[in-house]
Amino acid sequence: MLTRRLFLKSTALIGCSAAASPLMSSAAFASAPGENRLVVIILRGAMDGIDAFQPYGDRNLADLRKTLSLGPDHGATDLDGFFALHPGLSDLMPLWQAGQMAFAPAVSTPYRDKRSHFDGQNMLEAGTGTDLHLDDQQDGWLNRMLQAMPGQTSETAYSVGVEKMLILQGAAKAKSWTPDATLALSSQAERLLMRMYHDDPLFREASEQALEIVSGLQTGPDPDKPQEEHIELARFAADRLNRDTRIASFSMAGWDTHSGQAGSLKRNLGRLADTILTLKQDLGRNWDTTTVMAMTEFGRTARENGAAGTDHGTGGAMLVAGGAVRGGQVMGEWPGLGESDLYDGRDLMPLRDIRAYAAWAMHAKFGIDKTLLEGSIFPDLDMGSDPRMLA
Amino acid sequence: MPLPFEQLAAIRLGFGLSPQNNIPTDPAGLARSVSASGPEQDSITLDQVRQWHREGQLLSRDARNGTKDQQKADRSHRQNMRALFNTAVLRRFARAVDDPTGFGERLVWFWSDHFTVSGGSVYFNLMSDAFVQDAIRPHLTGRFADMMFAAETHPAMLRYLDQTSSIGPNSVLARQKPDKPGGLNENLAREMIELHSMGVGAEYTQADVEQLARLLTGLTYNPRQNTVFRARRAEPGADTVLGESYGGDGKASLGDIRAVIENLATQDATARHIARKMAVHFISDTPPDALIDRLAQVFRDTDGDLAAMNLALAESPELEQGFRTKMRQPFEFLVASMRSLGMTGAQVDGLKPAALRRHLLEPMAIMGQPWAAPDGPDGWSEAAEDWASPQGIAMRINWAMTSPSDLLAELPDPRNLLRDCLGDTASEAVTWAIPRAESRTEGVALVLASADFNRR
Repeated sequence: MLTRRLFLKSTALIGCSAAASPLMSSAAFASAPGENRLVVIILRGAMDGIDAFQPYGDRNLADLRKTLSLGPDHGATDLDGFFALHPGLSDLMPLWQAGQMAFAPAVSTPYRDKRSHFDGQNMLEAGTGTDLHLDDQQDGWLNRMLQAMPGQTSETAYSVGVEKMLILQGAAKAKSWTPDATLALSSQAERLLMRMYHDDPLFREASEQALEIVSGLQTGPDPDKPQEEHIELARFAADRLNRDTRIASFSMAGWDTHSGQAGSLKRNLGRLADTILTLKQDLGRNWDTTTVMAMTEFGRTARENGAAGTDHGTGGAMLVAGGAVRGGQVMGEWPGLGESDLYDGRDLMPLRDIRAYAAWAMHAKFGIDKTLLEGSIFPDLDMGSDPRMLA
Repeated sequence: MPLPFEQLAAIRLGFGLSPQNNIPTDPAGLARSVSASGPEQDSITLDQVRQWHREGQLLSRDARNGTKDQQKADRSHRQNMRALFNTAVLRRFARAVDDPTGFGERLVWFWSDHFTVSGGSVYFNLMSDAFVQDAIRPHLTGRFADMMFAAETHPAMLRYLDQTSSIGPNSVLARQKPDKPGGLNENLAREMIELHSMGVGAEYTQADVEQLARLLTGLTYNPRQNTVFRARRAEPGADTVLGESYGGDGKASLGDIRAVIENLATQDATARHIARKMAVHFISDTPPDALIDRLAQVFRDTDGDLAAMNLALAESPELEQGFRTKMRQPFEFLVASMRSLGMTGAQVDGLKPAALRRHLLEPMAIMGQPWAAPDGPDGWSEAAEDWASPQGIAMRINWAMTSPSDLLAELPDPRNLLRDCLGDTASEAVTWAIPRAESRTEGVALVLASADFNRR
């Protein structure tokens, strides 16, 4: 029915509209008094912490992971004789050595058992406990912190992009910004689409070429501007943080590595490293007062699955970086990977509430009162002892 | 387990399920709901378009070699016309989004397509909207013959099928101005029989087409005149169509044209042609004969009562067969998506011109359905394959990824969206895939891009 001319015109039009269309991931910014800066990166899809920070010193690891997380003998970089850094993050080694990067290997939100991305991300960004129904989680913890900050102005916050950042939604005003970059359909979404189309001959036949057209959009219509989205986000965030903004948040997708994890995790960790290094470079001296926290909704199964990937788990890892960080250290305990150590017999056991790290950072750098932090900002959180995450 | 009637009805006969609609639970209630799709209260009228067209002609004439102010006045008139057209197009989307079942608005689309007209200039774009208001909406539950008469004699149709250039060779006008080029144009006459009533396979001859073309002379559109019939263009004498003689006595008149349409509209072949078209559009690209026979019988028994046809369709046991063998056409996909996302008609009405282009008209064109511009008078294709081209599906995926978050303040939870728009009908693969999406954006996109959602 469509003529070739219309086809070409259509393809070109898709290209144009993609240029105008917002992105998968999002950024949110808030300005506040003082010189301290906080960047929260939400890693959507559940990053495999066991692979990012490989506990090669745990004697059970080799039983659980046959092709993944193979430690320093297979490209990872030793950190402390027990953990090794995934090759995708190796560009961050100088930060580790300079004491500007740390990680907590076994943390989680209070979310348990159903292992849904949507619910897990809601809880991570809402910062609530399990007492509140997920549908009632309408605002995010960064917004509630803004409300508690003295001297915070109406110029304060940005929320950006297709993926609305619940973490900055709420009563305090937020501005938004969308980088002029291109659409990306994650490989996970492509895989799910192919699976959904498989039983429908018409869609199956058309889908391969259709996905080619959609992914052709990802390079963007302007070859002179091949800048990747995460770099754009980091550049813009750094630019704002160099001015009045003190809090920024954005998200990166692509962490749901059910199969072929070796390739996709390396690619995504590389992007995360690039993002952090771009922030560092563009922040210049302001990097010294910056804390970057990269958080994910939950971890992944301790055992590798049959498709060289991992499935939804519970305990996961958090990465922190920045000049304000007391780096070069592993934060918190390691639960072990023995059968009886695992949560539900399958997942890494979380040993600390991830919100406690955020709360301590907000207490130390923005002077937020502990009763507020354990009350309205993170309802029912027990902050526990100071993890000494910051310098 | 058989599907609840309301799910079957909304998906097959309407624009799909939505989180808020209140769908009749039985065929009679569904058929009754069609009456809500009547003409818009303050819609664009034919007289208005005529007036605007006339004003526009004068302004354009003055602007040619005119002053700056005159050129500005001409431009601003055109801009106003385009704004009116945008509003009218948004109304079409908005009413479909708000219609509790969507059956009435689907019928509006079906009949507007059966009597295809296309736009073109800004005035004929407006005229094509007036056509829907004047010729289609008032007759959704009335007689087919009345709809056909309203459609065939509407200026939008007269212009689209070249009737405005058809002049009786022996008419008063032809005799007065023998040098003026012109003569019979058979286009409207042929499509009236071939597409609009009896169907191409029926028993009629070229002579019937020629005779009908002579009988139709006199029908024309001119923005300066507020009638569509000018006797001085009409060919004198009697014309015989399908064995019946019309217009033998006295002056040519619109009455003769009404009479021949009345006859065409109630032919057995017409009953069968309409029955088949409805079955193909609503049920299956290859509908069972039993369904066509039954619908045709209803048409014959009631002399083409469309309310009876609507009810017969709603009562068809065939609704359960061939579920999701049809593809949603691009307009349906966009309406169904907005309904599923919980948008209201008021929100659709409120879209700015740029959003109308970016989220509705441009995507619709790329999906293969440029607004009011089908390839020919036979209207949009029914074949699923024609709508499942790679570029069409790519655009649906792209729309599902990017437009919902632009249109909504907050995206729904993809699991709720799945429940709201597919009810009990989601396939195993889709039910499996949606909770596995990495983010809300992708979860929402997967629901709307799924084959389940794109079929009906």
